[in-house]
Amino acid sequence: MKHEIIEKNVGLLGVLVAIVISVGGLVEIIPLTVSSETTQPAPGVKPYTALQLEGRDIYLREGCYTCHSQMIRPLRGETERYGHYSLPGESVYDHPFQFGSKRTGPDLARVGGKYSDEWQRLHLINPRDLVPESNMPGFPWLVKHTVDSSLTPRKMQALRTVGVPYSDAEIATASADVEGKTEMDALIAYLQGLGTASQTWK
Amino acid sequence: MMSSGMSLFVAAAAILNTVAAVGLLVWMRKRRGETAQTSDTTGHTWDGDLREYNNPLPRWWLWLFVLSVVFAIIYAVLYPALGNARGSLGWSQIEQWEQLQAEQETTAQRILSVYADRGSHELARDPAALSIGRNLFANNCAACHGSDGRGGSGFPNLTDQDWLWGGSPELIEASIAGGRMGVMAPWLEVLGEQGVDDATAYVMSLSGRQAPKGNAAAGAVHFNSYCIACHGVDGKGNPAVGAPNLTDNVWLHGGSASAIRATIAAGRQNNMPAQTDRLGEVRVKLLAAYVQSLGDR
Repeated sequence: MKHEIIEKNVGLLGVLVAIVISVGGLVEIIPLTVSSETTQPAPGVKPYTALQLEGRDIYLREGCYTCHSQMIRPLRGETERYGHYSLPGESVYDHPFQFGSKRTGPDLARVGGKYSDEWQRLHLINPRDLVPESNMPGFPWLVKHTVDSSLTPRKMQALRTVGVPYSDAEIATASADVEGKTEMDALIAYLQGLGTASQTWK
Repeated sequence: MMSSGMSLFVAAAAILNTVAAVGLLVWMRKRRGETAQTSDTTGHTWDGDLREYNNPLPRWWLWLFVLSVVFAIIYAVLYPALGNARGSLGWSQIEQWEQLQAEQETTAQRILSVYADRGSHELARDPAALSIGRNLFANNCAACHGSDGRGGSGFPNLTDQDWLWGGSPELIEASIAGGRMGVMAPWLEVLGEQGVDDATAYVMSLSGRQAPKGNAAAGAVHFNSYCIACHGVDGKGNPAVGAPNLTDNVWLHGGSASAIRATIAAGRQNNMPAQTDRLGEVRVKLLAAYVQSLGDR
């Protein structure tokens, strides 16, 4: 093929460029969509409960991911601080996953159970009450607002279409499960569940 | 591990890509006079010899391209690059982590074994042990008890001589090792609003203070029928169940009339997490030594 032909056909040039630059993506992305390591849950990993799911949405809404990652790399210093390195099978029910790439605060992949519920509540209202040198913002409004329970079943329906195995019964009781709970309750339920599956691995 | 089909796909794509890069280099090696006829171009020339259509690559760029292909081949031989192939070095991220982890474990055991046979009370006077204890405290305890050990509302101060579950070396070690679960029942339903006010007044009178409302004498009756089971006849508490001393004016959940009232009305639940599973016995002992040293200051 003559170079001239490629340079004079923008469409052909575009197709060839797309082929060239997609090789990396084909190699790195396609295997992840079929490998059992990345598509099957790790031992003990369960879909979020209705309350945890709402808490996760608060986590996204408040932008927690801009300062907290949820991805422990297999580096010794990191596992010493945070626990067992993260497995792909721990994120199968996360849509989207919350790996993150910025750690202004600590990694939260295994924060579940590390502190008491009460600690989390006080810390989220005003972190400096417990950690004087903390630069994390407070989230005092979370205790004032209740979760919109009418949306919970629809969120679970949507997640079911992308592969989270929620049963009809779970979806049917979802509204009642989160009824009257504050956003703080939901967020704490989410945080306290993070990484707890790994506690059964030893 | 990928399935063998996927592994083959990845390896083939990577090899084909490298071969294509080499092929491109060969193809572009020489100037193609036939496509560079002046009639087809604008006639512009850049940098002395650069015109439209195919041009040879600059030498330095060409060599970088060749070097990167050579690097890719060497890398693919040594490291896991082609699907499931392990590479001749046999290196893997997880195995490297396991090896470093084992080394660290050996080092930690060597350091910690020195303290394995000594009691926490003795270690509380050993500067080297306290230095390890201080680091462990900062990493594991400071989030609740504060970096200075003075605690906060709901989190006990470890620097005073007031202990909920007992302050002997053995009991401090037991609190850290097994954790503690402090539970006070809610009394609003039993006592009613007025009864809670009265009980608040009596509890405040135990530390020589006066409540803004409520009848302390009536509160004493409630106290003697319900509260003495845990807090004792004289209100001095019971470390066996973690019931605090109510006479010393040290308050875990706040000592104001409203805070005491809230505690009596709604009860309290407090949880110190167990540490032995996380840290191991020797580290727990070093922590107990450090906590004892906080009270000695």
